[in-house]
Amino acid sequence: MKVISRAPLPTGAPPVQLIVRAQQKKNRWAGTIALFLLPSAAIYLIFVLLPVLQAAYYSLFRWSGLGPLTDFTGVGNYLRAFNNTVFLGALTHNLILLILSLVFQLSLSLILALIIGKTLPGRSIFRAIYFLPFILSDVVTGVIWTFIYRPDGGLNTFLQHIIPGFQVQLWLANPGSVLLSLFIVIIWKYFGLHLVLYVAAIQNIPDEIVEAARIDGASMLQIVRYVSIPLLGSTIRLTIFLSALGSLQFFDLIWVMSGGGPVHASETMATYLYKYGFQSFDMGYGSAVGVIMFAACFVFSLLYQRFVMRRDLAGSLTGSQL
Amino acid sequence: MYAIRRRSFLAKATPLSLRYLVCTLVAIFVLVPIITAIIGGFKTNGELTNAPFSLPTSWHWENYGAILSQGIFWQAIANSLLTTLATVGILLLVSAPTAFVFARMPFRGREVIFNILLFGLLFPISVAILPLYITLRNLQLVDSLLGLILPQVAFALPTTILILRNFFRAIPQELEDATYIDGGEPIDFFWRILLPLARPSLAAVGMLAMVASWNNFLLPLLVLNSSSLWTLPLGVMQFQGEHATDWASTMAYVSITMIPAIIFYLFAERNLIAGLTAGAVKG
Repeated sequence: MKVISRAPLPTGAPPVQLIVRAQQKKNRWAGTIALFLLPSAAIYLIFVLLPVLQAAYYSLFRWSGLGPLTDFTGVGNYLRAFNNTVFLGALTHNLILLILSLVFQLSLSLILALIIGKTLPGRSIFRAIYFLPFILSDVVTGVIWTFIYRPDGGLNTFLQHIIPGFQVQLWLANPGSVLLSLFIVIIWKYFGLHLVLYVAAIQNIPDEIVEAARIDGASMLQIVRYVSIPLLGSTIRLTIFLSALGSLQFFDLIWVMSGGGPVHASETMATYLYKYGFQSFDMGYGSAVGVIMFAACFVFSLLYQRFVMRRDLAGSLTGSQL
Repeated sequence: MYAIRRRSFLAKATPLSLRYLVCTLVAIFVLVPIITAIIGGFKTNGELTNAPFSLPTSWHWENYGAILSQGIFWQAIANSLLTTLATVGILLLVSAPTAFVFARMPFRGREVIFNILLFGLLFPISVAILPLYITLRNLQLVDSLLGLILPQVAFALPTTILILRNFFRAIPQELEDATYIDGGEPIDFFWRILLPLARPSLAAVGMLAMVASWNNFLLPLLVLNSSSLWTLPLGVMQFQGEHATDWASTMAYVSITMIPAIIFYLFAERNLIAGLTAGAVKG
């Protein structure tokens, strides 16, 4: 039988050889590849990778940021951090914000996204409103909310109007309430981000599945529990990841609204680092705090991706290495 | 009938009015602070204290007028604009070719390099801020807008390249083959075919970077010393510090800095959300 498609081998470029030619071309393309990679690589190395490595190095010294690095202390800075009640407090505040974010912020976003669903008329208007705070700067957000929280400010006046005999609260100046007050602002600013991700994922749930469950007699709660939530699984796992990493890094809002005070009641690792690095010029110690922050993020990411997001992350950061 | 069938689970079980009630309450929670600020700028301080959430009895334009006639305010706007445009411009210029290589040009060791880049997703700028500051000082970039722009580009690279790579991968292989069969080089495919097709994705990542740069606070706080270089977030902080008791003026200042962002958002909302959801899909 005659094979029609086969062309004479020595000449031309039969389809089977395209791959081979591509292999040969790669060497010719090395110049293009280098040209395309170099600018990003240079910027990334100088401003991201190198500083991170330097942070690890500086963290082993006592250093004011000026002059040579001579006063080697080894892990002294780390020991100092873990024996410092203010730093441990800051770490605890990060963890409290993390847990509050996961429990309240994500569930609010998810419930709202389910309420909006696929078809609520005007849903794009609601989505646009909810997402709006996310694009405002933390400074603008912080200043507005500082006004709302101040002693004779909006919130107190409002509560006095609706609750007779309401005592004026010092929302931000009271160590007991400052973290919670800040958390409300964090919800206000960031829940829209998670909501947008959930709404996009709900959009992708086929109607047929929900319909089938309904025909089988599932109640609304059962459908949410056994159909929607599992199908939103990868998005939920992702938002937990984003929210947790974000919670470990809070700086701007807290710096603007409370500066970490009163008496360190709202200190986070980032505000603590800033104070030591740039206000006390204790660069070595500040770097050690930075490394601890990074380690917290890194260990969390690694464990989370390894055990929770594994299915969702084929070929991503750690997924391909594991 | 069709429309009814397409309604989703919660949608069917809960009355429409209840859904609207919940959505509206949350929308009020979101909007009240923003509207309070904008309207607050039109009030006197006394009125702002007595009736923070009500409409002003008479509209005072003085607060807004006073700010708009300040040179330093316009300087801050110009600085923010310049920084943002330069950041987005440089970011797209360097990240698009890199994303193209990661999406379309396999070579030995590519995945290793890609993973090193993705490693950067874990670094918040605050972790490396101390050595970054020292690096900038050594490069004589402290107190210059370039010292703000380059690190912003650098820290935006991992996300941007990741999103662009996913977009570039989705462009059909046939188009690439066709270019090579016609005797083209990768650069021809990249420049003449892929980039024009990828315009929406470039817009999406560009706008995300734009918002991040416009709102950046920590880096300008450290890098920019001279008030003539300050960006808007620093301007807001400074203004609030100087007018600690003059909340009406502060609200006016905050509102004026918010309004460009809100107008931008009204036009760019779809692109922004497209970029975010694209970044959220698996890498």
